[in-house]
Formats: sequence, C-alpha cells, structure tokens
Amino acid sequence: MTAEEWTAVRLSLLVATTATAASLPLGIAVAWLLARGRFWGKSLVDTLVHLPLIMPPVVTGYLLLLTFGRRTPIGAFLADELGIVFSFRWTGAALACAVMGFPLLVRAVRLSIEAVDARLEAAAGTLGANPLWVFATVTLPLSLPGVIAGAILCFAKAMGEFGATITFVSNIPGETQTLPSMIYTLTQIPGGDAGALRLTLISIALSMLALLGSELLARRIGARRTAVA
Amino acid sequence: MSLDVDVDHVREHFRLTARFSSAPGLTALFGRSGSGKSTLVDIIGGLVRPTRGRVAIDGQVLVDTERGVFVPKHRRRVGYVFQDSRLFPHLSVRNNLLYGRWFARPDGGASSDLASVVKLLDIGPLLDRRPDSLSGGEKQRVAIGRALLAHPRLLLMDEPLASLDEARRAEVLPYIERLRDDAGVPVVYVSHSVAEVARLATTVVILTEGKVTAVGPVLDILPLADTGDAGGVLDATVARHDEAFQLTVLASDAGELQVPRLTAPVGAPVRAYIRARDVMISLRPPEEISALNVLAGRIASIAPSPNGAQADVRLDCNGATLMARVTAKSVQRLALAPGRPVFAVIKSVSFERS
Repeated sequence: MTAEEWTAVRLSLLVATTATAASLPLGIAVAWLLARGRFWGKSLVDTLVHLPLIMPPVVTGYLLLLTFGRRTPIGAFLADELGIVFSFRWTGAALACAVMGFPLLVRAVRLSIEAVDARLEAAAGTLGANPLWVFATVTLPLSLPGVIAGAILCFAKAMGEFGATITFVSNIPGETQTLPSMIYTLTQIPGGDAGALRLTLISIALSMLALLGSELLARRIGARRTAVA
Repeated sequence: MSLDVDVDHVREHFRLTARFSSAPGLTALFGRSGSGKSTLVDIIGGLVRPTRGRVAIDGQVLVDTERGVFVPKHRRRVGYVFQDSRLFPHLSVRNNLLYGRWFARPDGGASSDLASVVKLLDIGPLLDRRPDSLSGGEKQRVAIGRALLAHPRLLLMDEPLASLDEARRAEVLPYIERLRDDAGVPVVYVSHSVAEVARLATTVVILTEGKVTAVGPVLDILPLADTGDAGGVLDATVARHDEAFQLTVLASDAGELQVPRLTAPVGAPVRAYIRARDVMISLRPPEEISALNVLAGRIASIAPSPNGAQADVRLDCNGATLMARVTAKSVQRLALAPGRPVFAVIKSVSFERS
C-alpha cells in the first residue's frame, strides 16, 4: 500500500469519527424531541432531518457549499469570528458526512426512545426527577441499543460518503481525499486498478468490522438485560 | 397532614366530580372499576391535569386552575406506588430504592433511610437482584420502598395488590399495615376490594360513577358502600386464645367474638370484617345452636335490594355497626323494623384470615 492510500484511510477514519461524535448529541436531542415532544412544526423538523436521505448527495453537497462556503455570510462569520473553516478542509468533509449520516442516526435513536415505556418515565417523575434527569437516568439508558446502532450506521455512512463530500470540499489529497474519493480517483487514472482494489478490500473490511462491533455490543447489552430476566 | 381535593375532570364520556379532605392515616378511595378512582389519584400525583379545581396538601397548593397553578409531579413530593410496580429494569433493586434520593430534599416528609425501609419491608435479601427476577409481591414491596425513600409528604397507592394472586396479596398486606402504622406518611389507597379497605383504611371515600357519595371513618362508611359483598367492620382487640379449640376470642364494642385461632398476641388490635350474608337475625337469644357468636343489637335501618327479594338490615350493636342480609320473606315473618331489638348470629367458621 502506498503512503497516499494510508493517508486516505486515516483521513476517512478521522472524518467519520468526527462526524459521528459531533452529530451524536444533537441527533439524540432531535430524536427525543421527535419521539416525545409535542410542538408546532414537528413534521417540518422531521422532514428537514430526513431530507439528506432522499435528496441526491450532490444537491446536499452543493447546498452546503452555498451555506458554508468561504464567501457566504455564514462561512465568513464562522471563519472570522470562530476560526472554523469548512470549505476545502477535512472539517468540511466531516460536516458533509455528519449531515448525510444524521437521518440514519436520528431514525434509529427515535425508534428506540419510542419503545421506552413512558410509564417508567412518569414513575421517575413522581420520584422527584425533572424531565432532563428522567431522560438521562431512564430514557437514555433504556434506549442505548438504538443509540449504538444509530452511531454505527452514521459512522458507516460517513466512511462511504462520496457525493456530498466531493461536491462540498472537492478531492484534495491529504486534506479532503477520503477513501471513496481516492478509489474514484484511482479508477480514473491508468494503472490505478490495483490500488483501487486494495482500498476496496480495506473498505469492505472496515464495514464488516463496524457491523461486527455493533452486533457484539448489542449482544452484550442484550445479555445484560436477559441475565436480569 | 391534610389533603384537600376539590376537582372536576371531564374526559370524553366521563365526568369526575370529587370534593373531600382526608385525615392522617390511610384514606381509601373505594369504588368499582370505572368510578374514577385512578383518575383522581393521577390528579393528586400530577400525572393528570384536572379540567377545573384545586388540590392542596397542608394548605400548600399543588393545583389551582383558577389561579393557573400547576406544580409538576417532580416537585410535588407525592410518592406513587403503581399497580404495575414500574421498577426500572436497568437498575438493581438497591439502585431502584435509592433513585428518589438523588433528587429528594430531606426536609420534612417521611425521614426514612435505606436501612429502616429495608427493615420495614423485609427486602434486604433482594437488594442486589434485578427487578425482572422478583416475584409480583416482592416487586410491589420494592416499589413501596422506592416511593418512601423519595421522602414523600403523601403516598399514593393505586390498587397495589390488584395484579397479585391471593397468596401474594396476603404476603404484601401486612407490610402496608406496617407502613400505615410506622412510616408516618399519610397514604391515599385506591381499591375496589372491600376486604382490603376494611382491613387497611382509617378513612373511606366512596366513589360512584365519578362522584363522591360518602366520606368518613371506615367503621361508619363501609356498611353504606353499595357492593355485592356488603358488610360491617368491627375494631377489636385479642382478649385471649382458646388453645383447646384453636379459637381466638376478640373483644369489641359489640361484644365478644370467637374466631379461628389468630397468630396475633393478646392485646393486639385486629379488625373484623363481617359480610352481611354471614349474619343471621334472631328475635330471641338462640339456644342449642352451633354458631358461637351471638351479639345483641337494635335495627337501625332496612334497605331492600333493587328487586325487592332481599334486604340489607343495618344493626346497631352497642355503637358498632353490623350488616345482615336477609330475604324479604324473613323481614315480613319476623316483622323486622327499625328500632326493634334483635340478636345477630355469626358462625365462627365464616371468618377468614385476610
């Protein structure tokens, strides 16, 4: 394997981990709101969250470029005031991956929160826990399998994200050239077949590892629950 | 402690109108299913917002729709024991018990620590178990302990024994008695079982189709309850045990009662619930009869059953109330009428341990 290929693998892992870690807290909060909240405009929020799942990834990437590009008001503000630059940086790749993985994360977490018995939450309330504590001590622990499943789906999506990433932050080796972008590049140049195949195998291995990991975690939590029964 | 409730609640085809104040001890909300008992405790506990009205504990307002006050359930310090114990499946019994202590302010309310609650409810051996491995009765005892440890000012119990079989019920009942007598927390107890109410209650609130139809001390009120299993309640103490015949003699206002041998020591207070259909009426003291209990009294009132075939005769036995269910024919044959002195005959074997 070439040094370039290694760089792409490392970058992909960094981007996917950052994307998952960043979207997890927000994803759980949104999932909770959608599962238990009753507020005006709930279906609008629901639609917005799911939009990246059904829109062409290129469109999502282009929208990100229009919103967070260096010359846009938001992009300029983030760069000047907070020093955060997304365009043509690995952080931008992470943002694109986070947006693309977000609906998968929210869906999984929301379903498992909805499965938590609301009567247990009411009982926690009568014991003095305010809604935030009820969430932290009852709802979240009981929906943990869904949170883990959602995080792994999000991570896997981030590892494979191509369309939105390449549209938003291009394909710069060492900065935004993730695994899929590199495979794409290699298939475009003569003699790149061997490299593309190597990266494909690595990609498959990583996906299987993620699945296996989620399976093991789910089983451990399941075992703890059934040991209880 | 005083609990004041004055609420109206409308829910689709059902209207609940309740106004009562409760005294210390155990207040039973008694009525058939669908009479609004559970809705009423949900309103007191803060799980349901009443359409109109006011709820206050010791003058502190929990709900007042006119002034727009609604204290959320986590700030009420009103404990709640649910019919389906609702223990947290991801926590051990110990952590279930301690859950409320994370949030409780230990000022006022029941000042119970883990050790005393564990002792009160005999749940020491369960502490390291998981809720799913407990029996129904054990779950309810843990649920009671969990509610107590949150230092409630008032404890609500919504049919805590309804999902248990007879044996489990008998296992949990003594703990609720201990709770009533020793824990120092007033209890509002929902039930549709006359036997439970007769055994546990200090005060009874009778609910019929969403309305409070009677409120008062259990000895006076329970005989009025419109149930298929009507009866009278006698407070008594254990006078002595008759070991030769495996009997226990109870002393009550109405006179001495001989019942099957109890385990309670001499001097212990017990409560006897005497079903109306177990009581015979005689105009003269019967002789050469197998029944051991004959109590002298006077007829207070006669209430015919809806179809007129039977009547519930209310007897005043030296201040205590007994009920006797007899046929309309007997009423006529004996010329029973209010004021007439009679004798109530009760077979000892008709008493059951509850």
